[in-house]
Amino acid sequence: MDEMIRLQGVKYAYPTAEGVALPALDGITLDIHRGSFVAVLGHNGSGKSTLAKHLNGILIPTEGKVLVSGMDTADEDRLLDIRRTVGMVFQNPDNQIVANVVEEDVAFALENLGVPSEEIRRRVDEALKLVGMYEFRTHAPHLLSGGQKQRVAIAGVIAMRPDCIVLDEPTAMLDPRGRDEVLETVGRLNREYGVTVVLITHHMEEAAEAGRVVVMSDGRVLMDGSPRQVFQRVEELRKAGLSVPETVELLWELKECGMNLPLDALTVEECAQAIYALLH
Amino acid sequence: MLKDITFGQYFPGDSLLHRLDPRTKLILTLIFIVTLFTARHVLSYGILLAYLVFAVILSGIRPGVIFRGLKPIVVVVIITGILNLFYTPGIPLWSFWIFSITAEGIRAAVFMVLRILMLITGTLLLTYTTSPILLTDAMERLMKPLKVLRVPVHELAMMMSIALRFIPTLLDETDKIMSAQKARGADFESGGLMQRARALLPLLVPLFVSAFRRADELAVAMECRCYHGGEGRTRLRVLRFALRDYLAMIFGIALGAGVTVLGVFGM
Repeated sequence: MDEMIRLQGVKYAYPTAEGVALPALDGITLDIHRGSFVAVLGHNGSGKSTLAKHLNGILIPTEGKVLVSGMDTADEDRLLDIRRTVGMVFQNPDNQIVANVVEEDVAFALENLGVPSEEIRRRVDEALKLVGMYEFRTHAPHLLSGGQKQRVAIAGVIAMRPDCIVLDEPTAMLDPRGRDEVLETVGRLNREYGVTVVLITHHMEEAAEAGRVVVMSDGRVLMDGSPRQVFQRVEELRKAGLSVPETVELLWELKECGMNLPLDALTVEECAQAIYALLH
Repeated sequence: MLKDITFGQYFPGDSLLHRLDPRTKLILTLIFIVTLFTARHVLSYGILLAYLVFAVILSGIRPGVIFRGLKPIVVVVIITGILNLFYTPGIPLWSFWIFSITAEGIRAAVFMVLRILMLITGTLLLTYTTSPILLTDAMERLMKPLKVLRVPVHELAMMMSIALRFIPTLLDETDKIMSAQKARGADFESGGLMQRARALLPLLVPLFVSAFRRADELAVAMECRCYHGGEGRTRLRVLRFALRDYLAMIFGIALGAGVTVLGVFGM
């Protein structure tokens, strides 16, 4: 069993008042490998959040199948197993924190799973240390900054020791510093603890950190590959309502002006090197 | 401005009262309140007042904080006092037009005012020394036997702790909406009662809409963290009675019983 999550021809339509359904996902087939870091990109309404909700059985596909570690998300009896395997972090930290003390909130999932008290204490401390919020364990969540709240939310999920974490635009409501805190934490979880990460975002710079980028448009997978491969397709990305990282943007503009430059520079250093090499 | 609400606030500390099991404190407060209503005589009031002052000293809460907590009920206390003063039948000491003050009236007024103030101080002391989460925990535990009668004990406790959790969030939001409305010329401070009430409507509508949206998102987030009701749930913090809890309980029950017996003998 090497695939963390398998989506097979997944279609989903939101029920509407008239009963006529609009397809939000239109036939998605995707494998997410164990231990990988996948970024899912797409503009608003591309279906990326709907996709996220399929990964741990919040939504069940109207057609097709989602398998989490081999478990079908349509199987009600396995729902708890699926949810402890795939944890989910949402956009607004305020609306996912349940308790009014940090450590109580981190303990919430474990309490639901019926873990003994001493084990809860151990795992809560471990999770809080991992996200660097241990000193704040007795604080009230509403007094924390956005980035800190989001890290508490992440701790609440990793306390379950999931194999995979899905983050649905976790940085959309944060300031740049909060965003860095969250991305650094997520990156570390993936590298050091081998947790599979699915990061839903519309920030190109965040996607550039991932090992694989999936671009969605109109409920379909438009592109799928490494950040370098995907970001070279500047015009297609623009057509899908997405921008490219600033570095690629610059190189692309220069190339359009007739300069012979590669497009696969993602960091500022690489970009500077590329231009430097051309000038010499 | 909405943040100055002190009623029901918790002041973290490490006093004996803080360390008592929340269940002990809850039971003792209930006993205190019941006893307060059986008290008829100066002696009973004296004992209960001494008990309360003793508890306040033990809690390490500054008297100023308690007075501030009592402030919102001053008007109620004054009105109750005046009503008791004038409407208690007895031998008039002093009369004017249709009003007359009786010795019984003075007595009743003083006792009633004292009773209300002590009652509120007692409950304030409970909330000042017990974190809301522990308090809801204690209620859940104490009400557990009611599960047999199909009272949804766990659900009630969960609702209460979520409500407590969202009070600051929604207050923040109210402040923001108010500022936004003010920036567009809304006026919340002038006009009569009706006009002010009507001015609140454009505040309440967006607040409610947002509260429902939050509730929806929270429900999904809770499901994602495997919430499936109270069945098979364990807790991070397990409540355990310590020796001090038994001692405090014995002391509180003995005192309550003593004062009640005094009341029965008309003292």
